[in-house]
Amino acid sequence: MTDSGAEPLLLDAQSVSKRFGAVAALSNASLHLRRGEVVALMGANGAGKSTFVKILTGALRPDTGHVQIKGVDRRVGSPAEARRSGLVPVYQEPSLIPDLTVADNLRLGDTDEAAFRHWVAELGVSDLNLGEMIHRLPLATLRILDLARALASKPDVLLLDEMTAALPTDLVEKVLKTVRAQADEGLAVIFVSHRFPEIAALCDRASVLRDGETVGDLPIEDGVEDRAVELMLGAALTPGQLAEDRDAHVPQTATGTPRLKVSGIGLGGKLTDVSFDLHPGEVLGVVALEGQGQDELFDILAGFRRAETGTLEVDGTTREFTHPADAIAAGLTFVPGNRAEALLMDRSVRENIALPFSARLRAWAGLPMKREAARVAEAIERLQIDTRAQGEVRRLSGGNQQKVTIGRWIATGVETLLLFDPTRGIDVRTKRQIYPLVRELAAQGAAVLFYTSELEEVQLACDRAVVMFGGRVVDIIDAAEADEPTLMRAAYGLPRNAPAEAAS
Amino acid sequence: MTVAADQPTALIRLGRFLRDNPVIPLILLLFVLIGVLEYMRPGIVNERWIGNTIKFAIPLAMLAACQTITMLTGGIDLSVGVVATVSAFVVSSLTPLLGAPSAVTISLAAAVLVGLVNGFGVGICRVHPLIMTLGTGLIATGCLQVYQRFVIATGSEIPSFLEWLGTGRTFSLPNALFLFLPFAALILWGLARTGFGRLLYAIGANENAAKLSGVRSWQVFLALYTLSALIAGITGLLYVGMIRAPSLSLANPLLLPSVAAAVIGGTSIFGGRGGYSGTIVGALILTVLGTLLTLLQMPEGARRLLFGLIILAVTALYVRFTDQS
Repeated sequence: MTDSGAEPLLLDAQSVSKRFGAVAALSNASLHLRRGEVVALMGANGAGKSTFVKILTGALRPDTGHVQIKGVDRRVGSPAEARRSGLVPVYQEPSLIPDLTVADNLRLGDTDEAAFRHWVAELGVSDLNLGEMIHRLPLATLRILDLARALASKPDVLLLDEMTAALPTDLVEKVLKTVRAQADEGLAVIFVSHRFPEIAALCDRASVLRDGETVGDLPIEDGVEDRAVELMLGAALTPGQLAEDRDAHVPQTATGTPRLKVSGIGLGGKLTDVSFDLHPGEVLGVVALEGQGQDELFDILAGFRRAETGTLEVDGTTREFTHPADAIAAGLTFVPGNRAEALLMDRSVRENIALPFSARLRAWAGLPMKREAARVAEAIERLQIDTRAQGEVRRLSGGNQQKVTIGRWIATGVETLLLFDPTRGIDVRTKRQIYPLVRELAAQGAAVLFYTSELEEVQLACDRAVVMFGGRVVDIIDAAEADEPTLMRAAYGLPRNAPAEAAS
Repeated sequence: MTVAADQPTALIRLGRFLRDNPVIPLILLLFVLIGVLEYMRPGIVNERWIGNTIKFAIPLAMLAACQTITMLTGGIDLSVGVVATVSAFVVSSLTPLLGAPSAVTISLAAAVLVGLVNGFGVGICRVHPLIMTLGTGLIATGCLQVYQRFVIATGSEIPSFLEWLGTGRTFSLPNALFLFLPFAALILWGLARTGFGRLLYAIGANENAAKLSGVRSWQVFLALYTLSALIAGITGLLYVGMIRAPSLSLANPLLLPSVAAAVIGGTSIFGGRGGYSGTIVGALILTVLGTLLTLLQMPEGARRLLFGLIILAVTALYVRFTDQS
C-alpha cells in the first residue's frame, strides 16, 4: 500500500519483532494508518495481538523494527508520554480508579470535563452523575466512560482493544456509529476484535496476524470473512493428513443419561443460555476465542462461581455447587489453565498429588502413609512424571507440573474431568502423552470436558466440540467434521455451511 | 541436564543440604552461643544451668508452637500471651472455690472460647489474623480485668500438680518435660503425618489450590485457631505453676519472643514453609541469648537493642542461607 504517498502516514509500524526468552511472540508485524482510516487488527489466540498492541502503545520495546507516530519514533515511556504522542488506547479492562469518583478520575487524567460530558451523552449514557464512585457503576458504563475520556483527549489515533466485548447491543451500535463518525472527520482507529459484523460495519481494512507475522491486509468487502479465516489458519493441514495423525479412536455415539447435563446456564453479560450434554466415555472439546465465556463456564462447573440462571445435572440429578468441594463430591474435578493456581509450588510432588485426599474433615486424622504412597506412585507411573526434582514442584518443567495437576485427580479416581487448556505452554512430547491419556480415561468410563486454544487438538483428542462465541454455544461439531477451518469459522461466529467450498 | 547440575559446587550442595535439614545450622548456632557463655563465665554451663534453661524455654516453645502452626497458613496468633494469662489467672482464682479439676476445665474453656472467636473471624469473616487476634487479645484483657474485681476476695491458690510440673525436677531435669515431650511429639507428628497438618501447609502455600482440591478453608482456620488457643491455655497453666504468682500480665511478655522463636526456627511468616523442630531450637536460642545478655551487665536499653539486632541478623542470614537452591 505505497501508492497514495501524498498523505503522510499517521502511524507506521514496520517489521516489528519481540521475543520473550525462547518464545518469539512477534516475528514480523507491520501496521500503517492514515488519517480517517479504521483498521481491524485480527489474529487467532496466540497470534501475537496483545504483544503488538503493547508495543504500539509503548508499554513494550520491540527487539527489531520501528514504530513511528506522525513521523516520530515511538519511545517507550510512561502512559502520559504515550498519550502525548497522540495514540490513546481503550482496553477491555476499565482503566478508571475504582475508589475515586468519576470527576476525580477526570481530574487525575487532566481530562476536559465539558468534552467528556459531550461524548458520554453522544455514546448513549444519559444519566451519569460525575460524583458517583467508579466501583458502583456497571461494567458497560465504565467502558463507555473510558472511551469518552479517550475521545475527549482529542487523539490522532485511537486503539480499541476488544472494546465492545460484553457491551449490550444498543451501546455497541452507538459506539460503532460514534467512532465511525469521528473517523470520517479524520480520526484514525485501530480496532482489535474477533467480531466480523462489527468489523464490517466499522472498518476500512483488516490486518491479519498469524504466528507473530502480519500475513495480510484485506479491504473490507463481501467474503472478507473467509479470506481472513484462511489467512489466520495459514497452510492448514488438509483433512487427510489429520486423519492419519489422529489416534484410531471411534467417536462415541452417546446414549443414556448424560454424566453432565448443562441447561440454560447464564451469568451476567458473560454467559447466555449455555446448554450441552457430556456423556460417560466421551471427550467433549470446547472451542472459543479468548474471553468468550469459557473461563466463566469452567468456573461454574468447578464450583468457583454460581450461575445466575440455568441448571446443572450430574447423572440425572440436579446439583448446586457453592464450593469446589461440592463439585468434587459430584465427581467434577478441575484442571485450571494456569498451573500456578493449582499447585503448591513450594511443596513436594507427593503432597500436591495427595492434597485432595486430606480435604474432607474425616481425613484430617493420621495419614495412611503407605496407602497414600502407593496411590501417588501409581499416578506418577501412569503419567510418567519425571520425579528427579520431586522435592519442590516449582523445580519441575511446565509439562511435568501439568502432569502433577492432572495426576492429582487420577489418584483420586476420575469421573468427570474438566481440563482447561491443559497443553498451553508445554512441550510437544508431553502434549503427545496427554492426548492418549485423555482418550484412555474416557475409554475407562470418564467424561472429559476439554477446552483447548489449539484447534487441531479437537481432532486429536475429542469426540465432539462445543463452539462458544460471545457467551453462547454457537455450534456443536462432531470431531470428524471439526477440521481447523470449520472450527475457526465457527469460533468467529460465522455460519458453518457456506464456507466449505470457499475454504478449499 | 548440564554438567553444572550433575556436579554442583560445594556451596550449592551445602545450601541444598541446609535447605533439606534447616535445623542443623540452628543447632550449631545454639552450641556456639553456649560456648560463648562458657568462655565468658567458665563453669556456668552445668546440670543446673541446663535444667533451668530448658525449664524457661518450654513455655516459650509452647507459645511458639501456636505461632508456628498459624504462620504455616500465613497467619499469626497475637492473642496467645493474653490467653495464657487468662487461663493462669482463672485457674489460680477458681481453685480455692471449685477445686483443681473444675478450675482447670473452666480455664481451658475460656481459652478455647477465645480461639473459636479467632477462628470464626479469620475463617468465616476473613478478617486478617493479625487484626483479629490483636482484637480478641485486647478484649480478653478487658474481660480479665472485669473478672478480677469479682474474685478479688477469694485469694489465689495454684493446684499442687501444676506446681510440681512447673518447679519440680526429676534427675535434675525439669518436670515440665513430662508435658512438653509428648506435646512436641504430637505437634511434630501432627504436622508431618496428619491430613490436618498437610492442609496447614497447603493453605499457606496456595490457598486457591487447596480450594480447588476441595478444601473448605474455614474449617481448617476454625480448628487451627481453636487449637492454638488451647495450646496457649495449657501453656498458661504450666507457666503459673512455674512462676507461682498469677498477675494480669503474667505471660504477656512471652508473646513477641514466641513470634521470634518461630521465625528464627525457619517458619516463613508468609506461610507454607517451616516446622516445629526449628521452633524448639529457636526457643532455646532465645533463652540462652537472654542469659548471655544478662551476664554482659549492660543497661537494660542496650540489652534489648542487642537482642533485637541479633534476632534480625540471625533471621536474615538464615533465610539467605537456606533459600539457596
